Amino acid sequence: MEKSILALEDGSVFEGRSFGARTVRSGEVVFNTSITGYQEIFTDPSYCGQIVVLTNPQIGNYGANGDDCESAQPFIEGLVVRDFAPVASNWRSEEDANRFLERNGVPIASGIDTRALVRKLRSGGVLRGVLSGDGGDPAKLVEMARSIPSMAGLDLATQVSTAKPYEWTESVKACSPSEQIGKTAEPGRHHVVAYDFGIKRNILRRLVQVGCRVTVIPALTPAEDVLALKPDGLFLSNGPGDPEPLEFQAGQVRQLVGKVPIFGICLGHQVLALALGGKTFKLKFGHRGANHPVLNYRTNRVEITSQNHGFAVDPDSLDAGKIELTHINLNDDTLEGFRHRSEPVFCVQYHPEAAPGPHDSRYLFDDFAAMIAENKKA
Amino acid sequence: MPKRTDLKKIMIVGSGPIVIGQACEFDYSGTQACKALRAEGYEVVLINSNPATIMTDPNLADRTYVEPITLDYAEEIIKRERPCALLSTVGGQTGLNLSIALAEAGVLEKYGVELLGAKVESIKKAEDRLLFKDAMRKIGLETPRSLLVNNVEAGVEFAAKWGYPVVLRPSFTLGGSGGGIAYNLEELEEVLQRGIDLSPVGEVLIEESVLGWKEFELEVMRDLADNCIIICSIENFDPMGVHTGDSITVAPAQTLTDREYQMMRDASLACLREIGVDTGGSNVQFGLNPKDGRMVIIEMNPRVSRSSALASKATGFPIAKIAAKLAVGYRLDEIKNDITRKTPACFEPTLDYVVVKIPRWQFEKFPGAEPVLGTQMKSVGEVMSIGRTFQQALSKAVRSLEAGKSSAKEVYDEALIPNRLITPNPDRLAYIRFAFQKGATVEEVQELTNIDPWFLRQFRDLIVLEQELQSETLAGITSGRMREAKRAGISDRWLARFWNTGIDAVRDRRKQLGVTAVFNRVDTCAAEFESFTPYLYSSYEGECEADPSDRKKVMILGSGPNRIGQGIEFDYACCHASFALQEFGRESIMVNCNPETVSTDYDTSDRLYFEPLTYEEVLNVVDREKPDGVIVQFGGQTPLTLALPLKAAGVPIIGTDPENIDLAEDRKRFGKLLDDLGIPSPPNGSATSLEQAVHIARGLGFPVLVRPSYVLGGRAMTIAYDEDTVERYMREAVVFSQERPVLIDRFLEDAIEVDVDALCDGERVLIAGIMEHIEEAGVHSGDSSCVLPPYSIGESELAVIRDYTEKLALALGVIGLMNVQYAIKDNQVYVLEVNPRASRTVPYVSKATGVPLPKIAVGLMLGKKLTDFAGLTGGRVTGVLPVPQFFVKSPVFPFNKFPGVDPALGPEMRSTGEVMGVGINFGEAFAKAQLSAGTPLPPNGTVFISVNDRNKADAVELGRRFAELGMEIVATRGTASALNAAGIPCRRVFKVNEGRPNAVDLLKAGSLQLVIYTSTGAHSFSDERAIRRTAVFYRVPCITTMSAARATVEAMASRKRDPIRVWSLQEIHEPARLAER
Repeated sequence: MEKSILALEDGSVFEGRSFGARTVRSGEVVFNTSITGYQEIFTDPSYCGQIVVLTNPQIGNYGANGDDCESAQPFIEGLVVRDFAPVASNWRSEEDANRFLERNGVPIASGIDTRALVRKLRSGGVLRGVLSGDGGDPAKLVEMARSIPSMAGLDLATQVSTAKPYEWTESVKACSPSEQIGKTAEPGRHHVVAYDFGIKRNILRRLVQVGCRVTVIPALTPAEDVLALKPDGLFLSNGPGDPEPLEFQAGQVRQLVGKVPIFGICLGHQVLALALGGKTFKLKFGHRGANHPVLNYRTNRVEITSQNHGFAVDPDSLDAGKIELTHINLNDDTLEGFRHRSEPVFCVQYHPEAAPGPHDSRYLFDDFAAMIAENKKA
Repeated sequence: MPKRTDLKKIMIVGSGPIVIGQACEFDYSGTQACKALRAEGYEVVLINSNPATIMTDPNLADRTYVEPITLDYAEEIIKRERPCALLSTVGGQTGLNLSIALAEAGVLEKYGVELLGAKVESIKKAEDRLLFKDAMRKIGLETPRSLLVNNVEAGVEFAAKWGYPVVLRPSFTLGGSGGGIAYNLEELEEVLQRGIDLSPVGEVLIEESVLGWKEFELEVMRDLADNCIIICSIENFDPMGVHTGDSITVAPAQTLTDREYQMMRDASLACLREIGVDTGGSNVQFGLNPKDGRMVIIEMNPRVSRSSALASKATGFPIAKIAAKLAVGYRLDEIKNDITRKTPACFEPTLDYVVVKIPRWQFEKFPGAEPVLGTQMKSVGEVMSIGRTFQQALSKAVRSLEAGKSSAKEVYDEALIPNRLITPNPDRLAYIRFAFQKGATVEEVQELTNIDPWFLRQFRDLIVLEQELQSETLAGITSGRMREAKRAGISDRWLARFWNTGIDAVRDRRKQLGVTAVFNRVDTCAAEFESFTPYLYSSYEGECEADPSDRKKVMILGSGPNRIGQGIEFDYACCHASFALQEFGRESIMVNCNPETVSTDYDTSDRLYFEPLTYEEVLNVVDREKPDGVIVQFGGQTPLTLALPLKAAGVPIIGTDPENIDLAEDRKRFGKLLDDLGIPSPPNGSATSLEQAVHIARGLGFPVLVRPSYVLGGRAMTIAYDEDTVERYMREAVVFSQERPVLIDRFLEDAIEVDVDALCDGERVLIAGIMEHIEEAGVHSGDSSCVLPPYSIGESELAVIRDYTEKLALALGVIGLMNVQYAIKDNQVYVLEVNPRASRTVPYVSKATGVPLPKIAVGLMLGKKLTDFAGLTGGRVTGVLPVPQFFVKSPVFPFNKFPGVDPALGPEMRSTGEVMGVGINFGEAFAKAQLSAGTPLPPNGTVFISVNDRNKADAVELGRRFAELGMEIVATRGTASALNAAGIPCRRVFKVNEGRPNAVDLLKAGSLQLVIYTSTGAHSFSDERAIRRTAVFYRVPCITTMSAARATVEAMASRKRDPIRVWSLQEIHEPARLAER
């Protein structure tokens, strides 16, 4: 049995059984409380630079398949679980999760007391760590953990962004003969340009489903190039890392507000806040899970949402005269969404595209399509 | 939306007696609802016929009616109480049915009562299979192909078209009663006819089989603002084809990707909205084809269900409590999560552990019933366990079952493997284990069982680990290996067996290696937020979250899974013990593993350990908590069997000394005690061999009562009228009594049996209740109706009973509760049995006397005296507590779930639940009890009487009374002659073996409304059995003893004479009236 070691900057060391790649990777150690959806989590580019602890103890059960990938490959630096199963029991599975991560160079530590680890992260905040899938000297690994850069101030979004623009036309596919994926609008009604800060495929699929043709563009695309594409709408994607260093991106967005309807998700929401003069801050241990209650002030209803963010927008930093707060997290009252009072601009901190998570907020894609249609009319 | 202020008084409907398919989970939900509504300032009126429940305690509602849950009685209560609203969704199917009946009869409208929770249309849409299918089709959800039929021919045609097997589901029956799977024409005809007969509307749904598909359940909640959340997903280990109540289930679902899970979540919410459940909890069941993911919706329950109780315990999210708050207008986001205190209840719990539920069956009590599982629920209880992994949870669940027999015996037949794996049955898990031990592969087992390979792989890996451990030794085991074993959930007992040593040696070695149990919290949020509720389970992780206090504390051992003979009554006592401890300033710590109970609610005790009741696990908790005392006398036999080993391990047991509890069970020592006290008992002996048993029986004279030592619920007890029976018994009973001898008593025929519950503080004895049985001695006390106060026992005999009870309690050094069973024959009082512990009748006596017995008992165990509780007992500290009216307790039997089983009563307990009837006279109380028990006595019609020669004289008196009541009488030859000779008109019919038409024919033709049939005693003839079985099938009350027949006449007379009237427990026991007595 090969040993895996997770070493943290505070000196603590967790030893487990190694699966996946026998390599050493480092990153910020974060936890996600979603029961389902490990494959979507592995492949979400927003996890770039992070070692992910999953609180659901049984991981790997249903294997892995091509359809549930949120990007071309896994982005997590390492996986920490209580009990990893190198089997695959599901009719959609194409390979087991062990093989999937192994061939993508991701180490797995299994048999870890993840609950103790989560309690540590919850009370002390996220920590830098090193995950070795191949044993090693714990003391050295701790040293290594202390030497890696902090997430704060890191522009990871530009790193994971696409190098070249590309078109996306694939819509949502049903996973079973019984799945209802919702109405598919007439394709290509609207042209949406999407800034890729680490975009998830399900956002693209959902945009296509509501009738958009999507051009995905690199994170450093200037505003005039965006306008040159003659977009009906602009989308600002999710992505990893700290929003503060994204000054260039925020600057481009600032120029585009009022010129084209804008919808932002997660990091896109934070960039939009920065563009509108707001500020962001780092949360102690972030929001990562599929069970966060968010109150929509406009409907006065609660949506159970999928979340993945370590930073948040300070609502007091936004100009109340210009900005209407639309969504709030009921667990800790942090800001979950806002809209511009006079321009066609709105965004949410959470993930209406789910993948993984509940579909309660799918309506936001319809709202975006409607906003574009309205704007075209005007 | 804050809570509604236009409502003042709310009525809650309970679920009545414990039956298969509707057990104490509804006491849990009802209790939560009562507490939640009262905490919000509403007045609560409760109707529930089950006295063993915690919800019917006078301090949980403002008005508690232990009355029949029928239209007439409910209307009477509504007329008296004038509630503003009725909460229909926390009392199981019974609660829903009564609510619909009240609505349809116009009662709710007449008295202006609003229905809360689910509206009548919604209930109907969910319950009526055709309406349900239409509703699901409307929202694009598939259901299995099906057809509603009311005759066999239509069913046959459907099966011919779509093929076998087909599933049959009768409309409006409990727990799938009368349903089944038919693999061929012959079975189809039989099961379909039975289903049509059992369905109150004569309808059965015949359905395409989705056998072998994966099965899932989602627990959903919704508030008036249409906020919807999923509380828990549950995956069945056993695929479709086994009733979910009979399936091993796992939470959360393990083998669904997020896509598939969200598909199911979307479908659940759509279903809830379409059915129109305004507020509260619902449960939606799905089948999923493992080959292509096609999903069908099986059913939805628009109410709190068995699964919601499980989901509440599995997640820490109190569904029934929240449902009650939603019903009065709160929104989910206006309610706080009790556990985190900071976050709202509007979220979806997430688990960082795995929960396994395993049902418990008791086919051994129903000879003749085939032990196979299908769509009709057969289990009588269940256990739940929590582990950090599936393997750990599964191992803990298996030992929570206390299936002493199977683990001790472990004799499996290799040839039976295919059969036991293919056909679901209670031993399937054990046989899968056996198959893996014999080298079967996951694929082979999957092919036979259709169980998901992930579960099988986990199970197989566990068994491989066990086999590897067998080659280790106690001295050679490393700490790493030991930890691996414990993390997989393998018990010290098993390790001890592997290594040929004792359980204490393994424990010591384990501790020496630094491998000790820690405790983790169930917190609804996977540790994302701090938890303020010590709801704990053991694991072998790195960090302990128990965080014990340094207060004075007492631990209560619960009663484990419900089973016949050890059910809700013991949970009642345990919960009350916990409440009392808190009142007396002690921290209360509960240990139990039954998810259906109030005791495993996280806010019943100060601290809750959801753990198997084994020596190992209890000691782990003791090591961590270091309690000042441990109470073993409230949880029935389960904690008692642990009492001596725990005491030997240095655990401070409080109350009656375990040595004395043991003494009362030890035939020789107890016999000597009785001799010393000059108290007679039936002549007896004990045997450890077949020859010895026959010898002793011959010496005592037949009939004799034979039984193993240490039994509860009369398990494996029989009355033998000849040597053959004794021999057969000894051959078959050895399984149950390897280490302990078989006890043989002279059986006292036709004696009156009496149960006595008493409190003792070591100096004084206060008799709480003298209960006269309505069935004669020989019928298990749990299966006999009984009455408080006694109605036919003479004062001199009562005096003797008082005297004996006092002597016994003092001699046994009882501190707390004691139960004694007596038999009176020919004016002589005999002691049958003494149990120095809380008995099954404690809740009933508490409710009849208005005195909280468990509370006083706990006080005594803490060193208080009876004189300290004079305020609760109306000043009495000795003698007998007064009973202000007549209270009859009657048993409820599951015979309709076990077709073909002889329903005759005997020394083996077979009732699953009980009801109580309250009246001013005995007849009234008995009539109400019978009505509540589901065997209402007919107002008129024809009675069939056939009695043995001994009873002929009594039969004449009986016949006269029936004739006076206007009943027609038919009788068999001998009885008819006796009746005619006395001038009582009666018709003669044949005995079954004489010719036709006989009594069975008359029953089938519907021309009999009541059967009085006393057995000849020596043998159970086939015609007797046929009559009793037919009577049960056609739901005709069947009375098998003369004393019960006399009680029946009294009851029928009352029904003619007395009006429908009801009393709340609060008014019966009003202090003013108490003082009067």
